[in-house]
Amino acid sequence: MKNNHLPLSQSHFINGNEACAEAALLAGCRFFAGYPITPSTEIAEHLAERLPEVGGIFIQMEDEIASMNAVLGAVWGGLKGMSATSGPGFSLMMENIGLAVMTETPCVVVDVQRGGPSTGLATLVGQGDMMQARWGSHGSYEIIALCPSSPQEFFYQTIQAFNLSEKFRVPVLLMADEMVGHMSEKVVIPPIEKLEIYPRRYTLKPPGEYKVYQRAENGVPEMVKAGDGYRIHVTGTTHDERGYPFMNEETQKELIPRLVDKIRKNHKELIDTKEFFTEDAEVVLVGYGITARTLRWVAHLAREKNLKVGVLKLNIVWPFPDEVVLNLAKKVKALVVCEINMGQMVREVERAAKGFCEVKFMGHPGGGMHSPTDILEAVQQVKA
Amino acid sequence: MNFQHPYSELLRTDRLPHIWCPGCGLGIALDSFCMAIAEMKLPLDKLAVISGIGCSGRIAGYLNVDSFHTTHGRAIPFATGLHLANPELNVVVFSGDGDLVGIGGNHLIHAARRNLNLKVFCVNNFIYGMTGGQMGPTTPPGAISATSPFGNIEYAFNLPHLAASCGAVYVARWTVLDILKLKKSMQEALNKKGFSFIEIISPCPTLYGRFNNQNTGVEMMRYFKTHTVHNPKANLSEIEISHGGQIVVGKFLDIERPTFMELYRKVVQERVKRTLDEKYEEKAYPQEHT
Ligand SMILES: Cc1ncc(C[n+]2csc(CCOP(=O)(O)OP(=O)(O)O)c2C)c(N)n1
Ligand code: SF4
Repeated sequence: MKNNHLPLSQSHFINGNEACAEAALLAGCRFFAGYPITPSTEIAEHLAERLPEVGGIFIQMEDEIASMNAVLGAVWGGLKGMSATSGPGFSLMMENIGLAVMTETPCVVVDVQRGGPSTGLATLVGQGDMMQARWGSHGSYEIIALCPSSPQEFFYQTIQAFNLSEKFRVPVLLMADEMVGHMSEKVVIPPIEKLEIYPRRYTLKPPGEYKVYQRAENGVPEMVKAGDGYRIHVTGTTHDERGYPFMNEETQKELIPRLVDKIRKNHKELIDTKEFFTEDAEVVLVGYGITARTLRWVAHLAREKNLKVGVLKLNIVWPFPDEVVLNLAKKVKALVVCEINMGQMVREVERAAKGFCEVKFMGHPGGGMHSPTDILEAVQQVKA
Repeated sequence: MNFQHPYSELLRTDRLPHIWCPGCGLGIALDSFCMAIAEMKLPLDKLAVISGIGCSGRIAGYLNVDSFHTTHGRAIPFATGLHLANPELNVVVFSGDGDLVGIGGNHLIHAARRNLNLKVFCVNNFIYGMTGGQMGPTTPPGAISATSPFGNIEYAFNLPHLAASCGAVYVARWTVLDILKLKKSMQEALNKKGFSFIEIISPCPTLYGRFNNQNTGVEMMRYFKTHTVHNPKANLSEIEISHGGQIVVGKFLDIERPTFMELYRKVVQERVKRTLDEKYEEKAYPQEHT
């Protein structure tokens, strides 16, 4: 089917969730399974209308467990797939995010974070799922997670998320927040030929020569899809190259380090941060998502007062950019970590800073954002 | 001597011997399926089998087709995605009662309601085998298990009734003693468009029979033989299985109803075409992406 219904390459005034949905279509997503939950629902609603227009499939499942599994099934059926949810649904997805890791199924999961725990603040902002993104499924694994700070960035990161998921064959988590999801702003959609879209790496080997989990470039196996005659076996149980389950130490020792090393050994390529005014900064504010925008404002206010304040904005949060933080820690008096939770990524900053500078934490329980003046005050305390 | 398994084409023979106990009915269930597809000469490359977790959940992995061994209870939603992404595939879900009706029960009823084109073969051995013989949603009242040591006090699901009332278009129940009827039923399901459900009553002598006065696989099969009643016209609400009671078998339902995919294609895509014609000008979408 001709896909002549992709978005017009021009400026739009849309919210972050809609920007994400349109980006998914451009990235080649042709399958969405989800379950309604505020504040992510606009993604599902938008794709319910738009996916059929580009020959894709939308299905509302009975819960987020089903949604996650349907996405994995669709990916092995040959489509690019995604789901979107928020805290409670993200919790339900965890077991099968692990299945995606273990079966090396590329897919994208959007978590538009709201205040938690539990039902928490269904309609208001939070950033409390950051550690869950990293550690929420059981067992040892590595994962990729991104945090957008604006609808425009949500757009680009959605495409980046699909690309990374295909490249490394891992689930990629887009950890947005309610503010970014619901904020309407100018979003420029470039022509598709200007976008870099990473296609699925299907094997060129014929059936018989192909092994479903044989390591290829970057330790990542090549893909096939069901129905192509490869007669694959795919399992969440510890397996060998052929995909056959073997529940023993040797097979685990072969498999798990390879899965983890796909990310660890390629982590340099997964550093994505942005710095503002850090060249001469004595204090650097660290944040992600909507909070990173507050921090830039604080830096402006501080500079007006002749305080040497900079900002480190994390775009890819997992894997954590250890060396970026360490380099800053060696230069500055303090890193001030601001996030809309009671202390999550600050632990990573503390770990990565290795004691080279003071690490201060400014949390917020959710439902609103930090006040720039509060942060400014904290900065001034560092100076004193 | 060059000894080959009669279904060496259909099985991953390099994975044999299988893990199942002597006297287990799972081998017969798998054998019926092999007979069914061999006889039909089904194009094996277009067949996909999905299992969940359990002794029954191992079935997919022994079959030399595209096979997926998912998480506990989630074979149906995984199969849903696979089927919708590639409707050309004949998608079979082969798993256990605990898997499909216990932890995965929600998915079963919704997939039936949607009339997804899935063939669900549910092995009912009255027990959670893989985890050591705990009661489940199909354990007959009164039966002894590791977690109902004084006798099960819960009511058991009547699976054909459940599937039919949720919207399945094909519903049957057979024991593994009815191997030819089971095979035929599987073939009918494989040819059917829509949600097809076959309950396969199977002995688990190791963890069910032994604690319920049926010590061996043979004894359990003997019980099936003496207590099976073939009644395709049975009132589905009356065919629940009680401990030591009758087992009513048959093909109970074989009807037509549009599938999810047929409706998706018809209603959604036609509607979209119309609204596109009305609402948008073709030139508003100049991008072509192949
Ligand atoms: C989420 C989760 N909970 C529990 C288990 C443990 N578990 C593995 S198999 C199984 C029961 C399987 O029972 P059934 O589907 O009836 O299959 P059988 O072994 O009897 O063939 C359970 C509870 C699991 N794997 N995952
Ligand atoms: S425990 Fe029961 S179901 Fe599992 S293999 Fe043994 S006999 Fe079969």
